[in-house]
Amino acid sequence: MNWEVVIGLEIHTQLSTKSKLFSGAAVGFGAEPNTQTTLVDLGMPGALPVFNKEALRMAVMFGHAINAEIGMTSVFARKNYFYPDLPKGYQTSQMDHPIVGKGYLDVTLEDGTTTRVGITRAHLEEDAGKSLHEDFQGMTGIDLNRSSTPLLEIVSEPDIRSAKEAVAYVKMIHSIVTYLGICDGNMAEGSMRCDINLSLRPKGQEEYGTRTEIKNVNSFRFIEKAIYTEIERQADILEDGGRIIQETRLYDPEKNETRSMRSKEDANDYRYFPCPDLLPIVLTQEYVDQIKANLPELPSQKAERFQSEYNLSDYDAHVLSSSRAMADYFEAANKVNQDPKLTANWVMGELSKLLNQSQLDIANSPVDANAFGELLARIKDNTINGKTAKDVLQAMWDGEGSADEIIDAKGLKQVTDTGAIESMIQTILDANAAQVEQYRAAEPDKQKKMIGFFVGQVMKASQGKANPGMVNPILAKMLKG
Amino acid sequence: MFEQSIATLAQQLRNKEISSVELTRLFLDRIQALDPQLNSFITISDELALQQAKAADTAIANGSSSSLTGIPIAHKDLFCTQDVLTTCGSKMLNNFIPPYESTVTSRIQQAGAVMLGKTNMDEFAMGSSNENSFYGAVKNPWNLNKVPGGSSGGSAAAVAAGLAVAATGTDTGGSIRQPASFCGITGLKPTYGRVSRFGMIAYASSLDQGGPMAKSAEDCAHLMQAMAGFDDKDSTSSETPKEDYLANLNAPLAGLKIGLPKEYFGDGLDAKVADTIMAAVKEFEKLGATVKEVSLPNLQLSIPSYYVIAPSEASSNLSRFDGVRFGHRCDDPKDLLDMYTRSRAEGFGTEVQKRIMVGTYALSEGYYDAYYLKAQKIRRLIKEDFVNALNEVDVIMGPVAPTTAFDLGSKTNDPVAMYLEDIYTLSVNLAGIPAMSVPAGFVDNMPVGLQIMGNYFAEAKLLNIAHQYQQNTDWHLQTPTMAKGA
Amino acid sequence: MSIDKQDVQKIAHLARLALTEEDAVQYQHSLSSVLSLVEQMQSVDTDGVAPLSNPLEMTQRLREDEVTEVNQRDAFLANAPQTEAGLFLVPQVIE
Repeated sequence: MNWEVVIGLEIHTQLSTKSKLFSGAAVGFGAEPNTQTTLVDLGMPGALPVFNKEALRMAVMFGHAINAEIGMTSVFARKNYFYPDLPKGYQTSQMDHPIVGKGYLDVTLEDGTTTRVGITRAHLEEDAGKSLHEDFQGMTGIDLNRSSTPLLEIVSEPDIRSAKEAVAYVKMIHSIVTYLGICDGNMAEGSMRCDINLSLRPKGQEEYGTRTEIKNVNSFRFIEKAIYTEIERQADILEDGGRIIQETRLYDPEKNETRSMRSKEDANDYRYFPCPDLLPIVLTQEYVDQIKANLPELPSQKAERFQSEYNLSDYDAHVLSSSRAMADYFEAANKVNQDPKLTANWVMGELSKLLNQSQLDIANSPVDANAFGELLARIKDNTINGKTAKDVLQAMWDGEGSADEIIDAKGLKQVTDTGAIESMIQTILDANAAQVEQYRAAEPDKQKKMIGFFVGQVMKASQGKANPGMVNPILAKMLKG
Repeated sequence: MFEQSIATLAQQLRNKEISSVELTRLFLDRIQALDPQLNSFITISDELALQQAKAADTAIANGSSSSLTGIPIAHKDLFCTQDVLTTCGSKMLNNFIPPYESTVTSRIQQAGAVMLGKTNMDEFAMGSSNENSFYGAVKNPWNLNKVPGGSSGGSAAAVAAGLAVAATGTDTGGSIRQPASFCGITGLKPTYGRVSRFGMIAYASSLDQGGPMAKSAEDCAHLMQAMAGFDDKDSTSSETPKEDYLANLNAPLAGLKIGLPKEYFGDGLDAKVADTIMAAVKEFEKLGATVKEVSLPNLQLSIPSYYVIAPSEASSNLSRFDGVRFGHRCDDPKDLLDMYTRSRAEGFGTEVQKRIMVGTYALSEGYYDAYYLKAQKIRRLIKEDFVNALNEVDVIMGPVAPTTAFDLGSKTNDPVAMYLEDIYTLSVNLAGIPAMSVPAGFVDNMPVGLQIMGNYFAEAKLLNIAHQYQQNTDWHLQTPTMAKGA
Repeated sequence: MSIDKQDVQKIAHLARLALTEEDAVQYQHSLSSVLSLVEQMQSVDTDGVAPLSNPLEMTQRLREDEVTEVNQRDAFLANAPQTEAGLFLVPQVIE
């Protein structure tokens, strides 16, 4: 059977506020257990929540970025269930009146085509703590540092039709939230987690199949792999005439399989109701408009500007604007050397290669944009050639200093003095008298092949510093005799 | 001495006729001697009290005292008090010592008052008789065979018996007013949002409100001066500026328009209680007030509406008592579910479990619209009734409860009989308006409270009305015989 | 309105309350009484009436995004039934 996959995603993004959604405790990753908690986050008796202004602003920013209706009145509701990492016995979330309503994103795929993914809603909610399953006398340890950390849950329509589309969509959300500065995008630390709702239906059928939900997938690669393996699992079942059970599953990256989770609440009845400790959030049009007016440039807008302002190709502009950090790096480096094409090539080429090798994000590059720009400026002004520049970049990467320092220290400056090049060539010609004879005796098209030998010798003698653009014509002239 | 008003005691303290330490000792001795009969305290914080009294004496000596400095009072055991056991009347919190202080107790402490201890109450404030306490029932000082009312029964009994000058209480459906009425003291349930709920262990968040319980309206005003006002730790706290509750106590009542809701005087109201209330209303007419009939047509619906909304909120509020971070945990749980279900079944009493289950049911899938949402709609109708009536009159008067205090154990078997007793108080909480209970006479030697209900944030007006009444009557000055025994 | 023993057990499970058979019978009786009491709401016409959740119908106040709290872990853990290494301990959670 030819199956069509139907995917909807719920992405939990952790908002990068300083304090928690409902308390003045610090938000942060990796602190000692339970040291970033207050009586509110611990659900102590008599504790009351007070809502963080910044979380609201961030949510509204996101709403604008996905062309969504903003909830002018939004309401916090309690989602009731018992779990040890949920201290109050309910999660404060939004149900009927989310802060961000219907919106959409136009997602550009690798092949350059675009598909529109509808976004049902995005709502504010508090995160839960963590259960640590290491053995504590056969018990589980509970760390509530993460409790009440602000999350924006972004719920898509079931508009996604492949693993590639899913990944492109998540990458785009990732790029938007980091552009807006509302999430650090650090997936390894759980700042962005994805729940995947997936079902199959025979191609051409309108009705959806039964779906499963794969919880808490936290990398682009795992999202792709989890989808492939779940498609395969469901297709196998369906082709054997079986039925899909609606359930929550967990993706195990080590075994590359999804497995059924023992249900948190055997009978899911969350008993949502408006939280009586919090009041409706009512926005003014002025507030909403002001946030819109001050919205930073978004990835798609930046890509357009890169094309028009820097004359970059569509492809280069999209790659460079895919992350705010890379775009900022590009622009800062370009400011120094004023050669957008050269900068684009080097950011996407040599620099990205080094970053990939070290598995570093561009924001953490050991060579900052300014230093990188200075290196490129030395290519542009012919101080060094491209080949030498690669070595200089490696030295800069290794912390040996700035481009100029390294060029000076290693004496890598290109020789551009005609007299010096002529005398270098003369030495080579003298030392290779036989080859010169042969050259002069050869047919013109043979000569063209033979000149390479002399160029190589000159470059070798100059330790790569001779400007190849100058060596060629001078050499040709001198060989003529 | 134990019968003196806050103003008089403050004067005596300032004049050095008595020290706060002496006054505190006097009350601690009275508690020691009389409370075994009443069971009005769960915790007596004598050491802390004497410490605070000493500090108060120093403040007075330095001339930096307010009207509450050195005055011994008691707190309902529902307010979290730092380093002092806070049980909420429950086995669940039998060992709970909060590392934080509620806003109410903190403000009263900052005003210089001395905390004698924590008073008994119906478990998690669920009850109208104080028989639902893990720490035993409280007795009514006017008749030890009768209930003091609830849920702030310990506070009411302690003040009535002269075991504390005044006390704090909380009122979710009548829990300040009904025990005040049953014990012959004065109690005020402020407008929702007037007094911070921070550090108050929640029963029903949209209804709960802390307030003063004292012998007179004037004493209540002194407590309100300290406890009321905006608190940024409570999202539902009102930013409406607080009034000066003492400034207008003596304003004359001439021209006051009193409304009597006909629904408050129908079937079910004890005839002698009705007579007592009408006599009190006459007194107001003498003071220049005019009286007219008003209607609160949805009064009856306040019982079902309340008994859906309050248990629903409670079912969620009480989920945090799960044996993980504080409170009771069962012995040897065999797994997580066992830990939850046994800890909670052992830690909560029957009435609490019943209300948790009612609320769980009302919020559950398929029933939410018919119960919770319906109750919230009716809540609006009830609020509108009050808004309409208070457009016609300044205040509404009526009884607090259909009868005087009933016998201990007389209503514990029927699961809903006690709920019906709350008919005159619940609607006030649903609407969120302020209301008082003011001693207005006796029926068969048991006190009767007059309820005065006012518009939003009209606490100063209510206190003024009650104070004028008390300037012309002496019902609030009566003392039960048992209180004179020490 | 009355509910059966199974309903009671289902509600008790949602509310995480352990009930004995005897308890369940008791609560079946008392819950049914309460539900009958609240049943009278159904006769009221509330079409077009907006639900009221906060009596003052106030709106949410916003808190500045500032860290105002310091670590008080030890004070909080002191109330916990069982702790280790700064963690609250519970019977093993199986996912």
